[in-house]
Amino acid sequence: MSSQCSSATDAAQSPPLSPWAVEIVDVCKRFGRTEAIRNVSARVLPGKLTGLVGPDGAGKTTLMRLMAALIAPSAGSVSVAGFDSVRDGERIHALAGYMPQRFGLYEDLSAMENLRLYAHLQGLQPNLHRQTFERLLAFTRLEPFTQRLAGRLSGGMKQKLGLACAMMGRPRVLLLDEPSVGVDPVSRHELWEMVRALTGEGMAVVWSTSYLDEAERCDQVLLMNEGRIEYEGPPGELASALEHRSFRLRNPQQDRRLVLSRALDLKSVCDGVIQGNSVRVVLRKDAGDEEIHGLAREVEAQLAPVAPRFEDAFVDLLGGGPSGTSVIAARMTPVRAEGKVAVECRDLTRRFGNFVATDRISFQVRQGEIFGLLGPNGAGKSTTFKMLCGLLKPSSGQAHVMGLDLGTATSQAKSKLGYMAQKFSLYGLLSARQNLEFSAGIYGFTGAAKRERIGEMIEIFQLRKYLGASPNDLPLGFKQRLALACALMHRPPVLFLDEPTSGVDPITRREFWTHINGLVRKGVTVLVTTHFMDEAEYCDRVALMYQAKVIALDTPDGLKRTVAGDGAAEPTMEAAFIRLIQTVDAKNAELHARQAA
Amino acid sequence: MRLVAPRLLAQVTKELLSVWRDPKSRFFLIGPPLIQLFVFSFAATLDVRNVDIGVYNRDSGSRAYELVSRVAAASFVRSLHPVHGRADLRRMIERREVIAVIDIAESFSRDIDSGRAGKAQVILDGRRANSAQIVLGYLNGIATSLGAEFSGSIGASGESAAVRHWFNPNLIYRWFVVPSLGGILLTFITLLITALSIARERELGTFDQLLVSPCTPIEIIVSKMAPALLFGTALGMFMAAAGVFVLAVPFTGSFVLLLVSMLVFILSVVGIGLMISSVCSTQQQAILGAFAIGVPAVLMSGFATPVENMPRVLQILAQAIPLKHYLIILQGSFLKSLPPSEVFSNAWPMVIIAFVTLSAATLFVRGKLQ
Repeated sequence: MSSQCSSATDAAQSPPLSPWAVEIVDVCKRFGRTEAIRNVSARVLPGKLTGLVGPDGAGKTTLMRLMAALIAPSAGSVSVAGFDSVRDGERIHALAGYMPQRFGLYEDLSAMENLRLYAHLQGLQPNLHRQTFERLLAFTRLEPFTQRLAGRLSGGMKQKLGLACAMMGRPRVLLLDEPSVGVDPVSRHELWEMVRALTGEGMAVVWSTSYLDEAERCDQVLLMNEGRIEYEGPPGELASALEHRSFRLRNPQQDRRLVLSRALDLKSVCDGVIQGNSVRVVLRKDAGDEEIHGLAREVEAQLAPVAPRFEDAFVDLLGGGPSGTSVIAARMTPVRAEGKVAVECRDLTRRFGNFVATDRISFQVRQGEIFGLLGPNGAGKSTTFKMLCGLLKPSSGQAHVMGLDLGTATSQAKSKLGYMAQKFSLYGLLSARQNLEFSAGIYGFTGAAKRERIGEMIEIFQLRKYLGASPNDLPLGFKQRLALACALMHRPPVLFLDEPTSGVDPITRREFWTHINGLVRKGVTVLVTTHFMDEAEYCDRVALMYQAKVIALDTPDGLKRTVAGDGAAEPTMEAAFIRLIQTVDAKNAELHARQAA
Repeated sequence: MRLVAPRLLAQVTKELLSVWRDPKSRFFLIGPPLIQLFVFSFAATLDVRNVDIGVYNRDSGSRAYELVSRVAAASFVRSLHPVHGRADLRRMIERREVIAVIDIAESFSRDIDSGRAGKAQVILDGRRANSAQIVLGYLNGIATSLGAEFSGSIGASGESAAVRHWFNPNLIYRWFVVPSLGGILLTFITLLITALSIARERELGTFDQLLVSPCTPIEIIVSKMAPALLFGTALGMFMAAAGVFVLAVPFTGSFVLLLVSMLVFILSVVGIGLMISSVCSTQQQAILGAFAIGVPAVLMSGFATPVENMPRVLQILAQAIPLKHYLIILQGSFLKSLPPSEVFSNAWPMVIIAFVTLSAATLFVRGKLQ
């Protein structure tokens, strides 16, 4: 009798038992005239990691916010742990943790103050504060940094702190909106392991991402495009449908960028990327493999079938990647080779007070090469990068661009380089055309020459439709094109790209690299920093930086080879990256131990 | 460090467009300054009107009656309240029923009739110190004119006792406020436009793009002067015109000299604004910086309190405030037909301020490269 009573009161307090952590039924969401979510139904399982993937503007963030009960659906219903998001929004806020893409942390508060603030915001009982903070700090390994301002934490640490804040109230559902943007592979790996541990405890986690290798490791995937769910299920199932359609052209005897471009122009090929010295292609559905065999013979490459990846399926589902020929490449006049070395730095050192950000960095970049600068956050790669393009003066050492010293011939050296940053650096208050005119103007173009250059850029990047719009209103792909057009206006022989594709979806990234490959074939030298390991594969050579030093400098294949040989047949770039850094850590630990002894 | 024309032109165009294309910033550039000019011309008046005054008349003579009736007839007085006794007096002041009480001694009429000065005490509400001081001034005027008249009847010369205000004979407060307001509003608009300009680019990441281009720090600073110089001058001229034609403040000086000094003044404020902006990394810091500099600058400019009354150190510091010099030129040009020599002697300190601050801003921008 009494047990019946208690179960009756339980039923009054807790919702009808639902097997789903989140259930989305026929949801639409409109903002004014735009339909962000169109008739979406999906389910998220408890104890599972669900990946939310899709190109930019697919509606991922809107779906996240619907699940967090921050916005109400225009039609349909969202329920979290059985609670309806409209009727019981407050309860959902209490049992779900949400980590937004940005603005999650107060940058002017210390890590500890952020934790305290979130504890108060979530109504955590004061007597539980200490033990909760201890648990979270131990979990995220942030104890040494509690007094540091959140704004001063590295990208990876910020995300871990954000995760800690979202986990404050021991949520049953954790919603993470692009937690890995701008985070280096090592921190990304750690973040991933943390979230994995949480699902082990029965928590439902939704992880939205533009890294498809992450999606591949999720238990469940929701693939969105244009506001619709295109696929719901385990990632492997989607990939397995592409069996016998993925191939690799190993060691072609022609320039692999040209091979990729030719492969992408084949009718039967829907997607292709460069992987070190090989080219990986995916054939269209029901397309024969004769064309690709023909190409392989022609370029004397070994053609081998490879296991399909989730990324292949993703691109295939979204109608394939961009074609292989870049209009820029076709129109650009080739850069004349003036010297063999395009960028050179010798013993480049930069100190900030007592802190050494870069320690005697030396390398040379040959003309027409793509040179990648990789490394964890805080390794000194952006400091190096800034010194190479003249944004920062080195404490000692020299940097040369096209043989010109950035320290003495500053203006001439600067006119030889183009620069494109993560934030695209466009003037939002000016129209697209005015941005182009400004770029042409600051590189000294006037009159007919100026009109000609601008006209050319408009044509090459197909910007005519958007000339009157503010860059802020452009679709991401066009925004990126506009930024590239501005950076290329003066036809620089050297192009610096600082995390140019951070937070950009795979399709837009492919288009970007088609342009970059085209430019390199015209003799342009490219220096790039990135956290995407698949982009590192596009580089001719990669410098891996760690603790202010270059710890490895080799071709992508070379780097992978150095860590191979211990079991794993073919390590990924990411594995190579993590392994190389662990090796340095191990050596340091050994050194410390010996010193202590 | 050459100024290459096309590069500079592109940057100037960009600066002007980024201020002008945004409808919000366009509105804030024009709307609030003009609204403030008109509102403050009426609101920020130190004229005292409509006051209540208590009269504790212990004298029953005709002189006292004369004084009371003159005060009652004065235009600034709303009504007189008879006071009966000390306790009453205290209560009325305390409850703010009156701003001042005139305490007329029993011997008032007798003293005047016998040729001595008649004595009346005025008790003022110190909580309203400013207005009370002005009321006292007005009352003194009345008492003096009363004394002068009476003394005139016994043959002494009364002329010297009367005060005559030159340049603004009727002490119309608006004549003083409107030109000064023009200078103050111009200070803030210029300071804000320029303080935000570099900080905004730094926040949005476009400043790096500018620094990797062949643009030199001098070009960057020169181009950043453009919007403030252009919009500031237009606004300053418009406010001056509004003062003359709408608010009927006489303009007696040289228009050309005022225009030249206005340009110099704006340049000196632009220098301060850019100096703030070049050391700030966010727009929030820049706004706080602009206010941290702008508010004391206005307070110490001599608008509210005469610079001569300040402690020596602050007087020296006030020389570094462009508004201090510009206010003298402004008020002089409007009311005193300030001669060119006086305009120049107040303009050259602003030239020095402009030179120092603009050079500093250029150095700071270049310093950011290191």
